[in-house]
Amino acid sequence: MNKKILAYVALFLVFVYAVVPMLINISGRLDFYYTLTSVALLSIASAGVWLTFYIGRINIGQGAFALAGGYVSAILISQYGFNFWVTLPIAGLFCAVLSVFIGLPILRLRGVYFAMVTLVLTEVMRLTTLALPITQGAKGITSLPLPSGLEIFGLKLIPDFSTLENPKVGFYMMAITLMIIAYAVLYRIVNSRLGHLCRSLQQNEELASSIGVNTTYLRVLTYSISSFFGGIAGASFVAITQSIYPSSFQVADSINFMLNCFLGGLGYVFGPMLGTLMLYFGWDLLFTIGKYQMLVYSSLLIILMLFLPNGVLSLFDRKEKR
Amino acid sequence: MKPLLEVRNVTKRFGGLIAVNDVSFDVRKGEILSVIGPNGAGKSTLFKLISSFLKTSNGLVLFRGEIISNLAPHTVARRGVVRTFQETTIFKSMTVRENIIVSHHLQSKASLLGFFLGSRKARADEKRFGESADRIIGLLGLENIANELASNLPQGHLRVLGMAIGLATDPAIILLDEPFAGLNHDETMRLVTLVQRLRDEREVTVLLVEHDIPAVMKISNRIVVLNFGQKIAEGTPQEIQNNPGVIEAYLGSEDMAVGI
Repeated sequence: MNKKILAYVALFLVFVYAVVPMLINISGRLDFYYTLTSVALLSIASAGVWLTFYIGRINIGQGAFALAGGYVSAILISQYGFNFWVTLPIAGLFCAVLSVFIGLPILRLRGVYFAMVTLVLTEVMRLTTLALPITQGAKGITSLPLPSGLEIFGLKLIPDFSTLENPKVGFYMMAITLMIIAYAVLYRIVNSRLGHLCRSLQQNEELASSIGVNTTYLRVLTYSISSFFGGIAGASFVAITQSIYPSSFQVADSINFMLNCFLGGLGYVFGPMLGTLMLYFGWDLLFTIGKYQMLVYSSLLIILMLFLPNGVLSLFDRKEKR
Repeated sequence: MKPLLEVRNVTKRFGGLIAVNDVSFDVRKGEILSVIGPNGAGKSTLFKLISSFLKTSNGLVLFRGEIISNLAPHTVARRGVVRTFQETTIFKSMTVRENIIVSHHLQSKASLLGFFLGSRKARADEKRFGESADRIIGLLGLENIANELASNLPQGHLRVLGMAIGLATDPAIILLDEPFAGLNHDETMRLVTLVQRLRDEREVTVLLVEHDIPAVMKISNRIVVLNFGQKIAEGTPQEIQNNPGVIEAYLGSEDMAVGI
């Protein structure tokens, strides 16, 4: 069983690191690099949302943390001359800490109430970035440099992106690597005791606390991991677009992060990854039908959720055969 | 010998309603003590006060001489006072074994980070939990359904699973909230034997709230009777059976009693 999983992982790694770039080069559609980079980064933010689903909370506020993470990175780079690679973990940590303060009061809420508050959160974050002097309001922060190189003890880990022949490939590699790390972490969480406790929380909070689980601590911990993912995704986006505005992440993005999880399947660690890929490409493919794009897109989503309430991945679940 | 659990003058008001009024009693180590009373007598409220799911308005609950009233529920559980629930409360989409394993949380020595990284301590914990879960499964006779999803189980098994979850926390005292409700006679009698075995084999003190009077009479060492939030009697099953106050509480005053 374990060997089988390892084989799948190896196959996946070869595919994303070698086969995809090869296919893109053959087809000459270099724009796919950007698309896939976006998918990879969005799926990191979705992974965070998925984790809050795992403790039984519907999180429609991931956009807030993506935005916050993006601004942290942008400000540190533009005003304090930080290296992007240093700002990346800082952005994540900033969001994690921020989410502790936000999470402590709001994680007491359940169901639709928590969902509503998180929905507002995205809007609050947007308005905050509009109002604060340091975020420069609606002008945003623009013309950020491409990520510079990273050296540790003279060992060159990451090359300077501005020296790359095609920075798009660099960004693709970066996004894919981050995504793989994020999902490895998620997989490990879910399959360790932490994940079992999250499930206990999802199914029955009262019982969880009566078996001695510190539910508040666990909820806040999970939420901050989720927000960490959001911050990382936001900061990476800033590096690619070299700019950030209050409208970079909006309520619609927050909702998409949630939809990605639904679509892929809430019961599967890799659900949000597949969901993001399908939603992103689905939307783009439907572009050809012009003004009916939204109509067809939403109808398809409704149909998918009606017939596959446990997500697309439930199609492949042989365990649940009845 | 000092009592294991002391309930001292505990009162709970909900606005103007007094649900539990100045109730005091002790639970001794190794006994099975039942709290009975007509509907609305405040039994379940009392349970929630002891397990700290509700805050007391007045009075104290002491466990091994230390105050446990008004602490966080998980802290009370950590001290060794663990409750099961009136509704069959289990983790629905886990298997029986998973339910029991996850409930070993209090006994984990490794940190959550340790579990994440798969440290040696964490792996030892996992192994220990698995073995302990198998012991509990054996003790409660759940072998045949160990890998069933909890949501597929019938009532009787759910009750036992609820108890298994409680046991997994390795409590010094377990509070059973209406363990026999909704069970038929056979299931009840099986569970009665089971609870007695738990006390004898795992040295767990049991405090239970129950409606089923025959079961209570059979199982209890001592009984506390509540009516309208007040304690009206305390004693052995014999003493309670012959207590005129108790008979009145259950059947109304004598002239209204229409045979038993």
